Amino acid sequence: MAKESKTPLLDQLEEGPWPSFVKEIKRAAQKKDSAKDLLGQLERSYNDRIGHWKHGGIVGVKGYGGGVIGRYSDLPEEFPAIAEFHTFRVNMPSAWFYTTDKLRKLCDVWDKHGSGLTNMHGATGDIILLGAPTEELQACFDDLSDIGFDLGGSGSDMRTPSCCVGPARCEFACIDTLNLLREVTLEFQDELHRPMFPYKSKIKISGCANDCVAAVARSDISVIGTWRDSIQVDDAEVANYANSGLDIQSEVADLCPTGCMKWDAEAKKLTIDNGECNRCMHCINVMCKALRPGKEKGATILVGGKAPIVRGALLSWVLVPFMKMDPPYTEFKDLVRRIWEWWDENGKMRERLGELINRLGMRTFLEAVGLPPVPQMVSMPRANPYYFWDPEEVK
Amino acid sequence: MPLLDLAGTQVEVDEDGFIQDPASWSEMLAAALAKMEDVENLTEDHWKVIKYLRTYYQQFGIAPMVRKLCKETGYDLKAIYELFPSGPAKGACKIAGLPKPTGCV
Repeated sequence: MAKESKTPLLDQLEEGPWPSFVKEIKRAAQKKDSAKDLLGQLERSYNDRIGHWKHGGIVGVKGYGGGVIGRYSDLPEEFPAIAEFHTFRVNMPSAWFYTTDKLRKLCDVWDKHGSGLTNMHGATGDIILLGAPTEELQACFDDLSDIGFDLGGSGSDMRTPSCCVGPARCEFACIDTLNLLREVTLEFQDELHRPMFPYKSKIKISGCANDCVAAVARSDISVIGTWRDSIQVDDAEVANYANSGLDIQSEVADLCPTGCMKWDAEAKKLTIDNGECNRCMHCINVMCKALRPGKEKGATILVGGKAPIVRGALLSWVLVPFMKMDPPYTEFKDLVRRIWEWWDENGKMRERLGELINRLGMRTFLEAVGLPPVPQMVSMPRANPYYFWDPEEVK
Repeated sequence: MPLLDLAGTQVEVDEDGFIQDPASWSEMLAAALAKMEDVENLTEDHWKVIKYLRTYYQQFGIAPMVRKLCKETGYDLKAIYELFPSGPAKGACKIAGLPKPTGCV
């Protein structure tokens, strides 16, 4: 007779053709008691319909205030191997490029000190190492350092910044997202490792407005690659698209959000009014052989994006319409420092940057960071041209 | 809750080593807690931070924000980490006998 499963509810999650975390934890359970107890507690949680992790927990390694998240079971007698099951956030390389050798070394370290379970990658982009007891934390961190890894952010610090794959694999990238990410990470090591802010602060970098890391929705400071001259047009390739059956009128010109394109079907000629273009990338995505971003490239800096917690979700909005993005990125780094300084000075506990700007006003914020108001900061400048000037400035 | 033998008395602490009853805190106890956080000797600098944290906590019922702590004590964050290697929350607040700060992950 077949042995009765101890985890009938979890077993259902192994069905179907897709990957299953239950399968993976079961594999790990052959080697580690902690993985076995993790399965037991999760099954118990499904039965009880309540999570069995305690809230909170402060653990860490020497010199760092972030990077390790405390996790304790509230059923330690029943599941002793996961009584302490802390999470490491390990800073990933730019755009998640690894050698297999490095990944093997990482897993060896984690097998030695923790459960062996990983999550590649978490929502912030970090390598997540799930489940180490308190006494292993420092030794694990030391071994990670020896193979060239550092911890990421957690708590009220600069969270591990992330970027899209950028020019490494994508022809749309207007900036070197990978290098900028590395520079930002190295520049702000204090802010990354030693929480000092009212709450978390996130920087994400996308090479173009397709925004593959969803920087606008997920980061307080979003960097989006763009250009300030004209879209490069290859007329012959435009004609090829038309000849091969693409309906340029309905699929490109009509879908342009600013209506800045005219398609002459007779002459097979696409005309773009670049002054009206808002660099949304739609036409370039559809006709990538015929259209390219302009030659004078840089980035738009946006601020305020966040998911709901204290207040509702916000999308980042434009702060600097165009900034050149060349090493060593001094202008960008200085701006970030000014933004943080103002937020740190004025923010309440757990108030994100976007919420603070909404509370104190865009004018106050712009004065503090030393930027002039420009029409691009207004979401619909043609319909809503109003800006509340400082009374002193309009005397 | 585990009991820890600190400075000769049994004190109830949580799994992270924070004392459960703020009233049980004493300077002797602080010295014992400090050893758990890699602080061998509590110097005048340490006491300045600890006393500020306690005064703030007694007045407002919460731990101060890090920026305020740095401003009021005159130590920058780097100095705080040099004094308390495990940081202001896990290190300094624990030694000062404050309840565990509820940070976000």
